Amino acid sequence: MSGKETKGGMKQLSPIDIYMLLPKTNCKECGEDNCMAFATKVVNREVSISKCLPILTKEQEKNYNKLKELLKPAVKEVSVGVGNNAVNVGGKLVMYRHEFTYTNPTAIAIDVTDEMSDEEIVARVKATQEFTYTYIGNNLQLQMIAVRSTSKDPGKFKNAVKTVAESTNLPIILCSFDSAILESGLMAIPKARPLIYAATKDNWKEMAELALMYKCPLAVSAPNDVSLLRSLAKTLNEYGVEDLLLDPGTFTGVGLGDTINNFTMIRRAACNMGDELLGYPTIGTPITAWAETANSPTVNVWNEAYVASMLITRFADILIMHGTEGWALLPLTVLRQNIYTDPRKPVAVKAGLRVIGTPDENSPVLMTSNFALTYYTVEQDIESAGASAYLLVVDSEGTAIDSGVAGRKLTAETVADAIKESEIEEKVKHKKLIIPGKAARISGEIEELSNWQVLVGPRDSSGIPKFLQEKWK
Amino acid sequence: MPERAEKNSDLKLPPEILDLLTGSDELELEDVDIDVEELEFVYQPGVIPALQRIVTATKGKPTSLLQTPFTLPIQKYPGQIAEVTLGATKSQGGSRGKTVVIGGEKSPAFYTFENPTPNMPVISLDVFDQKVPIPKAVKTNFNDAIQDPVSWAKFAVEKFGAQMITLHLVSIDPLNPKPSTPAEAAKTVEDVLQAVDVPLVVGGCGDPEKDLAVFEKVTAAAEGERLLISTVTLDMDIEKSAKLIKKHGHVALAFSPMDLNQARELNRRLLEYLPKDQIIMDTTTAALGYGLDYAYTIMERARLAGLMGDPELQQPMSSGTTNAWAAREAWQKMDPQWGARELRGPLWETVTGLTLLLAGVDLFMMLHPAAVRTLRNTIKRLTEKRGTADIAKFANWVSSKY
Repeated sequence: MSGKETKGGMKQLSPIDIYMLLPKTNCKECGEDNCMAFATKVVNREVSISKCLPILTKEQEKNYNKLKELLKPAVKEVSVGVGNNAVNVGGKLVMYRHEFTYTNPTAIAIDVTDEMSDEEIVARVKATQEFTYTYIGNNLQLQMIAVRSTSKDPGKFKNAVKTVAESTNLPIILCSFDSAILESGLMAIPKARPLIYAATKDNWKEMAELALMYKCPLAVSAPNDVSLLRSLAKTLNEYGVEDLLLDPGTFTGVGLGDTINNFTMIRRAACNMGDELLGYPTIGTPITAWAETANSPTVNVWNEAYVASMLITRFADILIMHGTEGWALLPLTVLRQNIYTDPRKPVAVKAGLRVIGTPDENSPVLMTSNFALTYYTVEQDIESAGASAYLLVVDSEGTAIDSGVAGRKLTAETVADAIKESEIEEKVKHKKLIIPGKAARISGEIEELSNWQVLVGPRDSSGIPKFLQEKWK
Repeated sequence: MPERAEKNSDLKLPPEILDLLTGSDELELEDVDIDVEELEFVYQPGVIPALQRIVTATKGKPTSLLQTPFTLPIQKYPGQIAEVTLGATKSQGGSRGKTVVIGGEKSPAFYTFENPTPNMPVISLDVFDQKVPIPKAVKTNFNDAIQDPVSWAKFAVEKFGAQMITLHLVSIDPLNPKPSTPAEAAKTVEDVLQAVDVPLVVGGCGDPEKDLAVFEKVTAAAEGERLLISTVTLDMDIEKSAKLIKKHGHVALAFSPMDLNQARELNRRLLEYLPKDQIIMDTTTAALGYGLDYAYTIMERARLAGLMGDPELQQPMSSGTTNAWAAREAWQKMDPQWGARELRGPLWETVTGLTLLLAGVDLFMMLHPAAVRTLRNTIKRLTEKRGTADIAKFANWVSSKY
């Protein structure tokens, strides 16, 4: 944050640093005009260094390795699962999202236990796999299944893992502190590269052997003890386990402050202080909210969800959860999508006139802002009305209607200009503009500046179908 | 449960969530101990050599745990956020029973491994002076109290232990068929001041001229009460606003539209007339899913810049967290899969608030009692003494049956 990061940080790397190590032949094989252009894209993480074919030759090996070192993220990227179904976690370049777009959104895992019936396991796996919500053109989803050994019986664990693997391709987390139980789970899916959870100060050697034997990433658990976590990471590293995840413990009640501190310290040490032992992805377990006694499971779901939201913001790369309620998972998946977007600009669409259906000279003209979410929502609502209409998308600098009006980014002037530029006056016979209810404040001014009559529409675009039916003859 | 709940539109929140809201017992913030040794370590860029990932092939495998020291990753900041008091007691020239203090941070939000949180962030409950569209999930918690601002404010304080009240004078809006006058608005403020003894935020309607006319009456009528005047914007007569606020002993809420340069400019202009302890800033809150990412990053950047020494961004931050309800996912009935809006809505507001809490917000203006209570609890947890985690209680999650 202050000045330079030691490595991987975006501030300290300049295109020149990369360029100096490139072959400088301007061969264009990468598709760029010259090596400098390529170097700029590499620094901005828009293209991988391996697109430079000459650098992959034997003679350039030394420079290639130097480049790889230079470009290595502060937090190691670790993959769980195999093939197309693998999920990458970590790989973070920066601590704060304004520095650079975060990579690899927090993977959310839903748990099953080896004492659940096969039907229950399959139902939970299916619900996890089929969870989807469409939001600004993205499908928000859940990523993993965590299998917990509550029976402490290796045979039951193996069966549960098998049941899960037979019903999904989602990557799996195997949870037990007993290496014999874990191994029986691993034997059920020996090639699936599950995440092993977890090595502790007591079992690390056995866990390391399992991770090496089955080529799996390994989570390290040291509740509220970052110092021990670091020692374990060093030990396991020297033992030969390269893909680690760090779990400093998630305390959902007393100790929530410690939890947030630990995740923050780990990420700062990795991103801003070059601490490679803490430079691994982190794993949070909001599922611990279920350890609190509550009269209603609703309270546990609530607590689990809000703690999870804080860990999405504060640096967790994987979260293990128990609740599957849509009202809890929806805000979490939306938050994750928000936090992992490009921080430099609001998500905007191009301003201008859109045609919905087959409008004619009598069709309604509606107005909205160019904030992507507003635009898509309004468009969808007009379509669902089965109406043909013109939709005037005004450049509000990517803000929503209410904040655009409050922040004077959506003003009568911008609306009047948009009307003129769109040449809508040549397309329709009337001069009536339907504006969102949340822009009612500027309706008078729009009329003055544009000479159009303004109809104030509903405050939420879901009311558009009804509005058109009643107010547009 | 979700399907059933969605059919029953009068569903209320489970008692555990609501019951929690009535507790008003405040935890004492204990002093946070930090070892001197820990403080001595100050990070200097470039001094720490990058550690090498160890290649194991050439070494034997370790047989016992390799202890390695961990030094707290502490950083020093040249700047500090201003401390602002809201409300004034009788001896301080007002009539409040309680005052609140916010700001004063020397580190990013809840980096308590560096510095304790000097003042707990505060939550103010919204009250409107006329009928406004309010989500059903919220309305059910207030029953008839929302008929007028006085009973609403009393209810919020007595039933939900509100630390502050935000009185939104929406009735003054010139767009209303019959907007209330500045004198009428000032009367409402006086009535609410009579009814409750917590500090007040007084909000206008967003029309820069009408708001100023109203603030002129309100600041004088509530002389010395240290109200938070919401909001002062760049398109208002800033000199006049600031002088009113100074003359009558209040605090300015400087509102800017998600733009750090405008936030700086507004603070700079206000600082010509007002001392640092009479300005709070609001860089705009957008709802979860509707621009929260942008709101979050602007706030986080503002806070970091203030700590790094930018004198124009060292004001405590306020958030209109109620904006969370602008998200249709917060208030709309959705497919049964997405559960009851009575739960989805307050959680939407909670997540919006918690995200901004972690960006550094000091004052929250909120609507739903369950969201308020969750934030208040979380703030207590985040400011507790370090090292208090109940490890045994949470360590068994792997083998526990839930």
